[in-house]
Amino acid sequence: MKVLVVDDERDVQVLFEQRFRKEIRNDKISFAFAFSGEEALEYLSEHGHEAVLILSDINMPGISGLELLRRIKQQFMAPPPVVMMITAYGDDENYQSAMRLGADDFLTKPLDFSILKEKLKEI
Amino acid sequence: MNLNLKSLLNQLNDLEGVDPKAKAEILDLGKKLQKDVEILEFKLDRTEKVKQTTAILLEETIEELQQKSRAVEETNKKLLHSLEELKNTQNQLIQSEKMAALGELTAGIAHEIQNPLNFVNNFSEINQELVSELLELLDQQEWEEVKIVVKDIAENEDKIKHHGKRAENIVKSMLQHSRKSTGVAEVFDLNQLIDEYFRLAYHGMRAKDKSFQVKMLMHLDGSLTPIKAVKQDIGRVVLNLITNAFHAIAERGQFNKDHYEPQVEVRTKDQGDQVKVEVTDNGSGMSDQIIDKIFQPFYTTKPAGQGTGLGLSISHDIIKAHGGTIEVKSQDGLGTTFTFIIPKNQK
Repeated sequence: MKVLVVDDERDVQVLFEQRFRKEIRNDKISFAFAFSGEEALEYLSEHGHEAVLILSDINMPGISGLELLRRIKQQFMAPPPVVMMITAYGDDENYQSAMRLGADDFLTKPLDFSILKEKLKEI
Repeated sequence: MNLNLKSLLNQLNDLEGVDPKAKAEILDLGKKLQKDVEILEFKLDRTEKVKQTTAILLEETIEELQQKSRAVEETNKKLLHSLEELKNTQNQLIQSEKMAALGELTAGIAHEIQNPLNFVNNFSEINQELVSELLELLDQQEWEEVKIVVKDIAENEDKIKHHGKRAENIVKSMLQHSRKSTGVAEVFDLNQLIDEYFRLAYHGMRAKDKSFQVKMLMHLDGSLTPIKAVKQDIGRVVLNLITNAFHAIAERGQFNKDHYEPQVEVRTKDQGDQVKVEVTDNGSGMSDQIIDKIFQPFYTTKPAGQGTGLGLSISHDIIKAHGGTIEVKSQDGLGTTFTFIIPKNQK
């Protein structure tokens, strides 16, 4: 299973690779990383449906996570991939916007990786 | 009649053997003399009176002058007091403007601290796991694996340190910002300061306005070595210009939802003895009438209660105090560029 992680914090890559190192080693999961909404769209246009799940931060300079979500769900791909939104502001407004735009799930930072792993199993 | 003159005339009258004609002439002269004496006496008397009146007038005038000078002194004291009060008020205003700018940043600061703290927590949790894994590997004497895990632990430790420092820097700069300016020049990395405030301001805006979007472009001159200036004051100017730019694009975005790509660009340029900083937005822009007034204290285009009207005026004062210049170019409806230039080595 390939997961595309979108976050403007570059150390998210090391973090995910470490948190999932056993799963990565056992080939259960692999990750691709994009450090902005623009990079994510670029990746998707190049790799199509390779990533079955997109995990995206909301607060990013440039195209925000919500805008990325809108483009993925409404314009970009059919059938749209699973998109989970992550934000540091676990507020209702962001949650409502994400859900309205078709987010499949909504997680708040700091990420609880054991919960995330559970959720990934269900996909 | 004057007594001396009278006795003179009497003695003359009693003299015998004097030509009666000459006697009559002398007596006549004596009478004329008497008149002259009377006139003189009258004049003298009048002069005396004038002298007295003048003396009284002079005394009155002196008293009046003294009163006036006391009043002037009193007014002076009051003015000095007002000046002192005015200075205090000005300081309070400067401080409250600073706190308002800080308030605007609060959410951004919280976010910017939360992010590195998440990394610190995450990486130390991973290291705990890795350490127990390491103990198992040691028991099994899997030396190659041990090496890999130890290397990971060391890398994660670096990350913990890096993000801990990052959070610390944010707290430090926040404290520095709220503190009264020391006015003392220090050596610091201007590019780093700009980078920090750019992100803080962005997260501050995002926290207040969920729909806020901006393309942030940073063109920071890599050849720019640390400069010497009053860091806190220059930080205020940078922050003020960036938040103004954000407000300008947010304003334009309200009326111009489609086909508008909001953008703020910050540029630094090493110019030898000086450094140039440019903040450009493609926001709502300003008319020439507004441009004429923007550096005036208390002038604001924001709705009442949303801006102190002091930001740019204070920025202007800070740049002037550094012996620099600040300029603005704007096209109504299309965007604005603020440029300031300061010497790189402040005394």
